[in-house]
Amino acid sequence: MGFLDRFLKTPSWGVHPEDHKRPAADVALRIFPTPERIFMPLNQHVGGMARPIVMVGQKVLKGQLIAEAQGNISAPIHASASGTISAIGEVTAPHPSGLPFKAITIDSDGADRWIDTDPLVDPFSAAPEEITKRTAAAGVVGLGGATFPAAPKFALGKRLKVKTLIVNGGECEPYLSSDDRVMRDFPEMVIDGARLVMHAIGATEALVGIEDNKPEAIAAMRKAAAAFPEVKIRPLPALYPMGSDRQLIKVLTGIEVPSDARAAETGVLVHNVSTCAAVHKAIRLGQPLVERIITINGGAIANPGNLFAPLGTMIGDLFAFVGLKEAPSRLILGGPMMGTPLLHDRIPIVKGASGILAFNAVEAHVPDAGPCIRCGSCTKACPMGLLPLEMAARIKVGDLEGAEAYALQDCISCGCCAYVCPSHIPLVQYFSHAKGELTAAERTKLRTDATKRLAEAKAARIERENREKAEAAARRKAEREAAKAAAATPATTEKQGVSA
Amino acid sequence: MSQSYGIAVAAPHTTTSNNPGRIMTLVMLALAPATLYGFWLYGWPAFFLWAITIAAAMSGEAFSLRWQNRSAAPVLQDGSAILTGWLLAVSLPPWAPWWIGVFGGLFATMLGKQAFGGLGQNLFNPAMVARVALLISFPVQMTAWVAPAPMFSAGAPGMLEGLLIVLKGVPHSFDAVTSATMLGFGKTELSRGINLLESLPHAPALSFIGNRPGSLGETAALLILAGGVAMMFLRIITWHIPLSMLAGIAIPAAILHAVDPSRYLDMGAHILSGGAMLGAFFIATDYVTSPNSPRGQLIFGFGCGALTYVIRTWAGYPEGVAFAVLLMNSMTPIIDTYFKPRIYGRDSKGKPLQTTN
Repeated sequence: MGFLDRFLKTPSWGVHPEDHKRPAADVALRIFPTPERIFMPLNQHVGGMARPIVMVGQKVLKGQLIAEAQGNISAPIHASASGTISAIGEVTAPHPSGLPFKAITIDSDGADRWIDTDPLVDPFSAAPEEITKRTAAAGVVGLGGATFPAAPKFALGKRLKVKTLIVNGGECEPYLSSDDRVMRDFPEMVIDGARLVMHAIGATEALVGIEDNKPEAIAAMRKAAAAFPEVKIRPLPALYPMGSDRQLIKVLTGIEVPSDARAAETGVLVHNVSTCAAVHKAIRLGQPLVERIITINGGAIANPGNLFAPLGTMIGDLFAFVGLKEAPSRLILGGPMMGTPLLHDRIPIVKGASGILAFNAVEAHVPDAGPCIRCGSCTKACPMGLLPLEMAARIKVGDLEGAEAYALQDCISCGCCAYVCPSHIPLVQYFSHAKGELTAAERTKLRTDATKRLAEAKAARIERENREKAEAAARRKAEREAAKAAAATPATTEKQGVSA
Repeated sequence: MSQSYGIAVAAPHTTTSNNPGRIMTLVMLALAPATLYGFWLYGWPAFFLWAITIAAAMSGEAFSLRWQNRSAAPVLQDGSAILTGWLLAVSLPPWAPWWIGVFGGLFATMLGKQAFGGLGQNLFNPAMVARVALLISFPVQMTAWVAPAPMFSAGAPGMLEGLLIVLKGVPHSFDAVTSATMLGFGKTELSRGINLLESLPHAPALSFIGNRPGSLGETAALLILAGGVAMMFLRIITWHIPLSMLAGIAIPAAILHAVDPSRYLDMGAHILSGGAMLGAFFIATDYVTSPNSPRGQLIFGFGCGALTYVIRTWAGYPEGVAFAVLLMNSMTPIIDTYFKPRIYGRDSKGKPLQTTN
């Protein structure tokens, strides 16, 4: 029965990487004391960079707005410590390029004094728009890693009449346990946050998907959700990438999101458990998003576990707190399957940072790539049903359009193919490269098309002007001739008249 | 503390412990019982021919790599050349002369594989390319089968004698043991106008435990099957190609045998004879030369089976697995193009699904 159940319900895609979540996931949450200096990047979300509204030397309180949202898709930034603004300058971005980006530096006064908060007393009798407005003002973004601002997503869900909210507690990435910890330690916050999101978008039910490798989280969440029948806890088979929204929607509801549509268009919306907890804090406590739970894990860490840390803390400060056993051979922001490699540890943590991994030499070892033996492991693993080997074969010889014909743009870069490849071919690298090239080519084409259109318009205009000039000249000539003729004709008429 | 962590590499930052060498090793282990049984059944000459063929296949690969100024050792370690030689060896007559093994082994890895660009690049199964080249070039040696003379039994050649048989040819004292396989025998008799109902009682007996003339990989059908099932459990192969290939042979065989038993051999004879089992589990399932999608694999397998039956029944050769597999190999790119798996969020033609809300 159990076996048959498993056989029928487990999707055919995905991989089972060793999860390495424990023992870090089982260590009690530790509170990271506010460091002396905080670096709050202005771009911790998808969309427009926030605009600083403070000046160097100004005193700020914890939770005070220091940079406001700019544009439709953006999020404000708040101070994560009380203290003095000491600089508005550049720090290294949490990005593989290691390029700098703008950040506000705060010298902490060590007091952690909060700004006066303004909680919403009875949110369920407030208008849904009020929830959305306050979520936007609190700078809440998707904490699963996508960092898409939460409020525009609420508005979209409301507009498209979404009925089902899916709360993503999958956390399928190995090593990470920050969502697990949120669900174990603050299940009431998550459930209340989910109910607030339901209210904001007008959903009638919430499905909380949690992978079955987190039994403690499932138990805690079940207990917290017991009073709310509209919030259903749904254990999921532990399978990567279960936390990917399209796969999660399919497994939980059976709905397959069309390749050219957004999830909301099919009546479901996905939000991460940590995002729900952040919404709870924003509405019930009036606290903006300035802190988060972050997993520090990997073979090079002496005491791996989860830390509750202010945003903008340097990764190096976190390492000093948990201790390093050895110099890490690789640093990763996020999980090992999709995470971003970091060049050094003088990089601040941002809203979307669910974990920092410091791998030792053994974990960081990646075997050299060999030839493709067409074993098809990648096609079996691909959660989108793509043919990675065919796409890679085309990209390798520069046939990007050929790869595009195999629906390269549907690739979600989950890394399953590259993970299972026995020849260790860096398939995701191929696909990211090709997608970038194709986007660049598309942009160039648009630009060329626009230039061509303008040039054609100019040629047409010149032609038209010349034609008009010629016509005008012809007309004038005709008029002159007519005038000349007219000048001549009256004489004749006169003559005739005279003769008559 | 500020330290640099080297160059940025693309995600994922973790990978499987699987590798081509492991896959090839497991395939060889799955093939080992049938091969060992074959050694016992046909004696020392079979063992020496096997060793010579593998050595030739490896030399061919090494030579081709050195020719391209590449170091041979790391490539040879993936085991693919050994497996190619091994598969070729178990499809040869067990007492074939040494130069059959040498020619076949060199042909398989040099022209069948490295000429295309090495592992993963070849369109045709290298072992079958070599087997067909041998069959066409040396039809006499390639159809001289011996009746089993189990190792250490009375009349079986000893180790030194076995080596001499492979190197210098079968001495006259052993001539009596050469005979035809069941497929060959039936075909010859049919061509002489003797129908199967009359000829079969005199045919070499068909036996599950393999006590009959044939190649190493042909006679021990049960051990081949066991190896194939083991590979399925280890998830090296799926059921699609083996099952559809056997069905492609069995279905026409069953129908035509029911129609005219005097003209057409029965299903069991077809499945257990020749390279059907070896082909279904070990040859047609070759990753490089078979389609990737499950539907494509079903079509490919059935095509291999049906073509095998057609060649065996109506064409000039008594056995057709090698030809059938090569013909279907050439179809693989076409099958891969037309039978792709459905993409998430798209219909089977690749168009986005309709929005339901």
